[in-house]
Amino acid sequence: MGISLAVQRLLALFAAGWLLFDSPLLRLWLVDATGVFFAWALLIGALAWLMERGGD
Amino acid sequence: MLAPTTVVGASFAYLALLFAIAWWADRRALGGRSVIGNAWVYALSMGVYCTAWTYFGSVGRAAATGLWFLPIYLGPTLAMVLAWVVLRRMIRIARAYRITSIADFIASRYGKSPALAGLVTLIALVGVVPYVALQLKAVATGYALITGSDAVAEGTWLGDTTLYIALLLAGFTIAFGTRHLDSTERHEGMVVAIAAESVVKLLAFLAVGAFATWILFDGPADLFAQARAVPEISRLLQPQADFSGAQWFALLLLAMLSVVFLPRQFQVMVIENVDERHVRRAAWAFPAYLLLINVFVLPIAVAGLLHFGPGRSNPELFVLALPLAGDAPWLALTAFIGGLSAATGMVIVEAIAVSTMVCNDLVLPLLLRSAGLRAQKDLTSLILDIRRAVIVIVLLLGYVYFRVAGEAYALVSIGLISFAAVAQFAPVLLGGMFWKGGTHRGALAGLLAGAALWAYTLMLPSIAKSGWLSTDFIEHGLFGLAWLRPEQLFGLAGLDSLSHALFWSLLANASLYVVVSLARPPSAREVSQALLFVDVMQRTGGEGERHDGPVFWRGRARVADLQELVGRFLGTPRAQRLFDDYARRSGQSSAPQIVPDARLVQFVETQLAGAIGSASARVMVASVVEEEALDLDDVLRIVDEASQLRAYSRELEEKSLSLQRATAELREANEQLKSLDRLKDDFMSSVTHELRTPLTSIRALAELMVDDPAMPDGDRQRFLGIIVAETERLSRLVNQVLDMAKIESGNAQWHDSDVDMKALLEQAAQTVGEMLRERGAQLVLALPPGSVPTMRADGDRLMQVLMNLLGNAAKFVPAEGGRVDLRLVCDADGLTVEVQDNGPGVPPEQRALIFDKFRQGGDATNRPAGTGLGLHISRQIVEHFGGRMVLRPDVGQGACFAFTLPWRRDTRQSGPATAPAEPDRGDPR
Repeated sequence: MGISLAVQRLLALFAAGWLLFDSPLLRLWLVDATGVFFAWALLIGALAWLMERGGD
Repeated sequence: MLAPTTVVGASFAYLALLFAIAWWADRRALGGRSVIGNAWVYALSMGVYCTAWTYFGSVGRAAATGLWFLPIYLGPTLAMVLAWVVLRRMIRIARAYRITSIADFIASRYGKSPALAGLVTLIALVGVVPYVALQLKAVATGYALITGSDAVAEGTWLGDTTLYIALLLAGFTIAFGTRHLDSTERHEGMVVAIAAESVVKLLAFLAVGAFATWILFDGPADLFAQARAVPEISRLLQPQADFSGAQWFALLLLAMLSVVFLPRQFQVMVIENVDERHVRRAAWAFPAYLLLINVFVLPIAVAGLLHFGPGRSNPELFVLALPLAGDAPWLALTAFIGGLSAATGMVIVEAIAVSTMVCNDLVLPLLLRSAGLRAQKDLTSLILDIRRAVIVIVLLLGYVYFRVAGEAYALVSIGLISFAAVAQFAPVLLGGMFWKGGTHRGALAGLLAGAALWAYTLMLPSIAKSGWLSTDFIEHGLFGLAWLRPEQLFGLAGLDSLSHALFWSLLANASLYVVVSLARPPSAREVSQALLFVDVMQRTGGEGERHDGPVFWRGRARVADLQELVGRFLGTPRAQRLFDDYARRSGQSSAPQIVPDARLVQFVETQLAGAIGSASARVMVASVVEEEALDLDDVLRIVDEASQLRAYSRELEEKSLSLQRATAELREANEQLKSLDRLKDDFMSSVTHELRTPLTSIRALAELMVDDPAMPDGDRQRFLGIIVAETERLSRLVNQVLDMAKIESGNAQWHDSDVDMKALLEQAAQTVGEMLRERGAQLVLALPPGSVPTMRADGDRLMQVLMNLLGNAAKFVPAEGGRVDLRLVCDADGLTVEVQDNGPGVPPEQRALIFDKFRQGGDATNRPAGTGLGLHISRQIVEHFGGRMVLRPDVGQGACFAFTLPWRRDTRQSGPATAPAEPDRGDPR
């Protein structure tokens, strides 16, 4: 039994989130504060979508 | 400024409201209508992460460093992405083994080790004290600012309002969290109050943010435009040239770990969780909460700097100072209540969590060694008293820390010291959940090393910098050894003190954990606990409580001893209830009949663990039973047996499921057969009734003629005529039954020829027209003009269909003014014949069944004579020719039967009756 698809998606989202919120990509956001909040909201949206649609 | 009485009054009113909410939630829970069965409440309760540190400190940090307040909230967001994987597992473990705190969790994993439980508790306690101090400091300085009184922490301790705030919060926490001893350590009322606090602090903070942005300034555009004009402020909004990637990374990691491992977070996320499915909602709703509460941090910081001028006012209090300066004292009071809310929420949950740990894992193990206490009958009130005392002590320690070091440090730095302490739990806790190889020694070594390095590289320097220690060792190293300088250990320079401390402590922690774990094989108990933790998802269902995993225990026990033991910690009535329930579940009538096997011992130990922690529970159980030590082989054998048992029970379950399915299918088939049987009976009675009527009259007339040989010829002739007619009626009925049987079995004979439907309809009209006229009804024929193409079909059979439909119509038309319409419509695909009468129509409940065999139209009392076969046979015939027969939905008055026939027959469409006709075998009779 391997890792379920839902869990793989979460792991991928985690990796994407870390890339997004750590340097060097972070430097892009620091130019304007709204950028960070936008990226943050995007991550939350994706997470909400993954979580609320169910699946293990 | 506000009058102190107003502020104190409002604060008390707010705390009273919180208490009322908690009381209400507890009442609802008792009434079985729990409020925390709601994922939103769970998500909001996680908001206890945002303390006074967030409320006041974030603005201070933003005013000093720009966006550097963010990693503390981005880290938890990242952590929550993995909540479904990690947090759910923790919840499942805690539920299955009645874990009561993070110390209990770690100790339980590594063989229920009391030493480990004590160490984790100590680290948590030392780490939490500065954090509590931070809350006190925030409330005290906020109070001073809003009332315009003197700076705090001056003068005698007894004259210091902060001391009274600390004692008040202690009293409040005691009232919230230690009213009764629960074997799950859940506090429903507290959770709901914390969720309410999360709403209050969020709304208050947003209100101040909106005030600063839109009232003091003309919106964000104006605010930031003004900020860019001031070089000192504009600097905050730009990417710094000396941006430290290492520090950012350290903060992200630290916050990510803290959001789960801070004792209060572990309490609300794991212990207080009632349904692991709530994690789905909370995983995104909590990060969304963090996002919302941070939206106005930068605007408030910038607005404060612009309004007061950089460096002239404490930015950590901008949240209060801005409304005051903007002449909005009520908003300032609201903001103060929001800050109070953030501080009290943290203090209450943290103190409850720490008091549980200290009581279960530090005090009880020591107390239970004394013989006097071991003999004591009921320890519940003692345990509660210990917890109450610990709560007071934690708050007082926080106050002492505040007096000693609080003034020298910003809120944010104090908070980060606490974060770094609890981050030490990460390797042993996460490792323990996913890796079976971690041992008790490994965990102990890792934690000790991590905690020691944390204290040396972070905690001691912070105390020294507050002036309570000489700073010599920071500058020159311990004993003058330069490589021992706490902020540049082994010469590692170039890192800020936090990243530096985090790096060395976690490195030593994780390395020792792994290396020492691998140095020696684990003991049997370690292996058994590792199996229970790592495989928890396979061993327990989603509901958690029930688990059929292996039980690692062997020995002798007595039910009475075990029951008495439970009674001492949970109270005698509770113990009686628990044992009665257990007896019922295992099929016994009363507690004394329970078999004192391994499963019972495990049950008792789990119940006790819920009250006093797993390590103490292990010790207590061991004291009343005779145990045999298990070795590694025993453990493996037990696991093997348990998994065999599980496989076996799964197999049984599958078999019983398939049996259930088969039974259901059989039942359905049986129902069908019964229904068919009933229909057959109905049919038989209907047919015999039909047969009896003509037979009776034939017999009566024949007897008359036999009895009276001298009957006049005229009468005799008339009687014979009647007998012939009745005989014909009999043969018609018999023929119809035979006809249907043949069509259904596929043995019917079909004589196809080119049929002209128009001519056929005219012929039918002629035949029936006379009969209808006799009944005073008229037949209206509507045919298309010109000739109609012929179709390949059996003309006699189609005539049979037409006669049947027309005959039915004739039966149902009213006695006066009856009318039957016969219509033919042709199109490219085929032709449609409609027969409509102006009778009573078919009742809705019969429409679906009208074509079934043996069904007759009309109600039971005035149903016209017939076998109920005509329509069924007609439809079979139409379907044989690839057509369809339907009862049109009610159009006006009467019934309208219609059938369509395609010009060209598609054999694939045909029903069962269209099996190729067999050669004539003659009449089977």
